[in-house]
Amino acid sequence: MENNNNHHAFIHKSYSSPKNNERDIVIALAGNPNTGKSTIFNSLTGLNQHTGNWPGKTVTNSKGYYQYYGSNFTLVDLPGTYSLLANSQDEQIARDFICFGKPAVTVVVTDGTNLERNLNLALQVLEITNNAVLCVNLLDEAERKGISILLDKLSTELGIPVVGTVARKGQGLEKLKEAIWQLATKKISTSPIKIKYSQEIEEMIKMMTPQLEHLLGEQLAVRWVALRLLEGDETIFNSIEQYHLAKQQLLEGAVALCH
Amino acid sequence: MSLTIDKLQQLKLLSQQSQLDSDLVRDQIVSEIYKKSATIADKVILKKPHKKLDLDTKLDDILTSRIFGYPIMLLLLGLVLWITVTGANYPSQLLAKIFFGGQEQLTVLFQYLNAPDWLHGILVLGVYRGLAWVVSVMLPPMAIFFPLFTFLEDLGYLPRVAFNLDRFFRKAGTHGKQALTMSMGFGCNAAGVIACRIIDSPREKLIAILTNNFVPCNGRFPTLITIAAIFFGAAAGAIYSTYIASLVVVGIVLVGIAVTLLTSYALSKTLLRGVPSTFTLELPPYRKPQVMRVFIRSVYDRTIFVLKRAIVVAAPAGAITWLMANIQINGSSIIEILAGFLQPFGLALGLDGYIILAFILGLPANEIVLPILIMSYLSQGSMLELNSLAALKNLLVANGWTWLTALNLLLFSLLHFPCATTMLTIKKETGSLKWTALAFIIPTAIAILVTFTIAQMARLFGLL
Repeated sequence: MENNNNHHAFIHKSYSSPKNNERDIVIALAGNPNTGKSTIFNSLTGLNQHTGNWPGKTVTNSKGYYQYYGSNFTLVDLPGTYSLLANSQDEQIARDFICFGKPAVTVVVTDGTNLERNLNLALQVLEITNNAVLCVNLLDEAERKGISILLDKLSTELGIPVVGTVARKGQGLEKLKEAIWQLATKKISTSPIKIKYSQEIEEMIKMMTPQLEHLLGEQLAVRWVALRLLEGDETIFNSIEQYHLAKQQLLEGAVALCH
Repeated sequence: MSLTIDKLQQLKLLSQQSQLDSDLVRDQIVSEIYKKSATIADKVILKKPHKKLDLDTKLDDILTSRIFGYPIMLLLLGLVLWITVTGANYPSQLLAKIFFGGQEQLTVLFQYLNAPDWLHGILVLGVYRGLAWVVSVMLPPMAIFFPLFTFLEDLGYLPRVAFNLDRFFRKAGTHGKQALTMSMGFGCNAAGVIACRIIDSPREKLIAILTNNFVPCNGRFPTLITIAAIFFGAAAGAIYSTYIASLVVVGIVLVGIAVTLLTSYALSKTLLRGVPSTFTLELPPYRKPQVMRVFIRSVYDRTIFVLKRAIVVAAPAGAITWLMANIQINGSSIIEILAGFLQPFGLALGLDGYIILAFILGLPANEIVLPILIMSYLSQGSMLELNSLAALKNLLVANGWTWLTALNLLLFSLLHFPCATTMLTIKKETGSLKWTALAFIIPTAIAILVTFTIAQMARLFGLL
């Protein structure tokens, strides 16, 4: 596990503050590879990060800034991944940021020509956070392939805002910013779909919940952590430990400042 | 607030209380998520029956087919290199003329100001000339090669390359994604090493990191192209010269890929034993490249970035080279002493002491190896001025170069130790000094072995 050191350093950095300014609103950008995530990132922030269409193009988080309705937003571009089940380092980076980085809103960018597979990631994100917006990108390619998507219905199904975009042409980006802003400033609320598992799993979750709430406090997605423990995901301990260490250091820093 | 260790312990205990089989839980979680996605997708997606044959699929059938896949790959690589070789020649000459004209002006100015000789030496003959060489030799090939490469990238061709090569990597006992990280290495090996994070298994990731260096990066392509053009291209006569030069560089790239596979195979049978893990590689749709964006990106991200790095390193390297060439110890310059010391070793590899010294001094960035070499040769006084590629060839020949020297320089450049930036990245990514040391030792040993063998064979068969 030699590469863990590096990973820790990364987590620490991402908590210690990805923002420009304390009042900035942090937005995470998640999505499968090839969904035009980087294009959306560039269009929103005006940064010209090089885009390419294969997995691994973004293996670290890059961040950019933009303003909307007088609020400052920090946009964090997560590595493109197919899942958050932490099989690899990039998935772990994305997962840990959504869970522990506490973004105000997580935008899941999906490929309109390939929605079904992309929804897998969206559903996993919704297990971690309630504050998510789904962006269905590449609608022009979808149209060319004779696919149309009922965005409103999708929004009802998922219980979160859904915005259709053609990022390369800049279409739908204003709506996306609007939705992010509304959710970040609590103008709207979400009620994301939750997947029900088998009775025995649900019972175990119920049994673990009080203790987990006690251990983790309310800030962390308890149900999601319980599922990780049940599936024997060892990486979660590491992530939680790093999270608390980082938080403690921040706190100690703040205490030192007060005295 | 000291909660972590204690609470973590409790958390671990809690997870052990579960009576469920964790693998089964995981399977269930995954399958529930997939089921849900399918249900939702069914409700919200309307698909029109659609007769037009899918162009992407058709293209992929050709580009990744067993018969045409490889020839097309080689052809595209050859084409990109040929355009580069052909197009770079003229601007190279022009830039050299302008810069070395500038050098004369500067010399006049220094004389007018009565500047001491050593100052003129360091600033004009060292720093300025080093920069002039980096810009005139490296800039034109970069400015042509990078946009073309970025264009292929933008088109979505690289994943097809990975797809074609996947079979070989699997046979070498490593991860198919290594084909992708290797492709990234063509841009920059440090970037290629970072990209290895997409490989899940630590074993396969290490193999990918240790072998990334065997594909030539931004910094080495111009050296390969220049030497191939003036030595192999020119030898073939005017009509065929650019074709032959491109072919030689294609050959060098193929050698690099072959060494990548062989080394990966050897590693997965020895130090990093294991079974290759499977994965599915998605072939993303082809996208119409955004031409302006390709152009701007390749100029900013690559050409300017690489050039800036080269210049930052070349300026001090130029000064140091000049100092080493002009500080005398017992009647010979430092450069002569060092090169003399390395000479037997260099000769055994079909190179010479100056070339070895240039590679060592070029550790910070591969871009400056050739400029350092030129400057050290020039300082020996075999020729006073140099302002064209033809003159460069004369300089090299005057210093005893033959086709063997040129070939082995190409091979040594391809196979030798990674640059300092890449080494630092490897240290960061692996977190281990041992693997970083191996990342230095393995390529260097291979470079020495290959060039030594070729040199000895050439001498044995009297090919010189």
